Amino acid sequence: MTRFLRPLLVLIGFMLLSTSTLAETPFPTIHEPSDESKKCIHPEDEMRRNHMNYILHERDETMHEGIRGEPEGLANCINCHVEPNESGEIAGIETKEHFCSACHEYAAVQIDCFQCHADRPQKYIDRSKHSSSLRDQLQRTLAAAEAATEGARP
Amino acid sequence: MNNSKETAEVTTPVNSSRRDFLSKAAVAGTVTIAPGIFLHRTAGAAVADTDVSEIEASEAADMNTSVSTRPLDQDVSNKNRWGMLIDTTRCATGCTDCVDACNEENGLVGHGRPETDTQYIRKVTLKSKSTGHELSLPLMCQHCETAPCADVCPTGASFVRADGIALVDKHICIGCRYCMMACPYKARSFVHEAVENQKLTAPRGKGTVEACTMCVTRVDNGGIPACVEACTAENHNAMIFGDLRDPNSPLSIELKKHGGKQLRSDLALNTGVRYQGLNE
Ligand code: SF4
Ligand code: SF4
Repeated sequence: MTRFLRPLLVLIGFMLLSTSTLAETPFPTIHEPSDESKKCIHPEDEMRRNHMNYILHERDETMHEGIRGEPEGLANCINCHVEPNESGEIAGIETKEHFCSACHEYAAVQIDCFQCHADRPQKYIDRSKHSSSLRDQLQRTLAAAEAATEGARP
Repeated sequence: MNNSKETAEVTTPVNSSRRDFLSKAAVAGTVTIAPGIFLHRTAGAAVADTDVSEIEASEAADMNTSVSTRPLDQDVSNKNRWGMLIDTTRCATGCTDCVDACNEENGLVGHGRPETDTQYIRKVTLKSKSTGHELSLPLMCQHCETAPCADVCPTGASFVRADGIALVDKHICIGCRYCMMACPYKARSFVHEAVENQKLTAPRGKGTVEACTMCVTRVDNGGIPACVEACTAENHNAMIFGDLRDPNSPLSIELKKHGGKQLRSDLALNTGVRYQGLNE
């Protein structure tokens, strides 16, 4: 009897284990554009498998040949798929709610695009802290140089 | 070395070789610029005749009408060569309108460290050793045709586009900074800090080198660089943008009429940015 019971117990144990793992990493919820009339430029399964190839191709063409405005660019993905949530905030790339990081976290594939690229549409980029610090710094340096030149005059 | 320090007062912290180069540039300027042109410009700016200055201002605004008409689904080609002409006699000492516009356009942020903070443009003041004459000019990537940065880049990240705009492909830049060493104009900066809130049209990130892109996205879309736009909007009219290959572009016409100097033309880099009024 025990000869049969032991493997059965092991099997039950495995099943319990695997269900609990599934419960901890649920399949990612992917943000669909709130405007339902918007359709993705390619079928979903095609995009899931091959989005990186589209983006890469577009990247080199834009960078080196100046070809712009083709639909497969990263900015276009972002423009449809990144929108404010119910509380009016954009979930950044560092959160799991972001369209890109939702799947990339699930699949444990590191994503480097957003070290340089904006993770949200232009209109949601907080520009308030840009350039004013540089402007002040420049004015100070100019003033200091001006003072130094004045002093150096015979 | 001491002499060159007296000659060129550079307004941002730089190393001595940069000063050295600038003093040479200032001296070289006097060789080829005819004195009459400088006088003409100074007179135009100094005379308090509103009619004259109004006419000049509207002329200068029209001067930036040479823009890209390439359909965006076609490759850039060497039919165009984008360039700029900077009239230093109109560039005011202490004015930073072009630099501010550039920082805004490209989302550049300072960290309170002027030595390493990114600058695409900087304002430079030159002072002649012999006459004491001072002039102020904006200095950015000169968009060399035979670019030393592209020569030395081990990955192909530094390149000059067919239409003459020198760029860094940050996707393949490994941050070795060879190009920074090679550039005679010290035009490039290295991004030392993680960047956030980048602008859509100006992707930039830690570990890569960057420089003036001549506002390539604007140019491709038929616009003019942000610095030129700001300088014109503020009525300084010291900068003209346009196509060096089109003999009828306002830029080419002005160059033909009054000439324009390449900084360090002895290096034969055929720069896309030219200067007027580099008098001693
Ligand atoms: S100015 Fe410097 S960065 Fe610009 S193209 Fe020339 S060598 Fe390269
Ligand atoms: S820092 Fe980047 S662009 Fe410059 S030479 Fe190295 S790889 Fe090329």
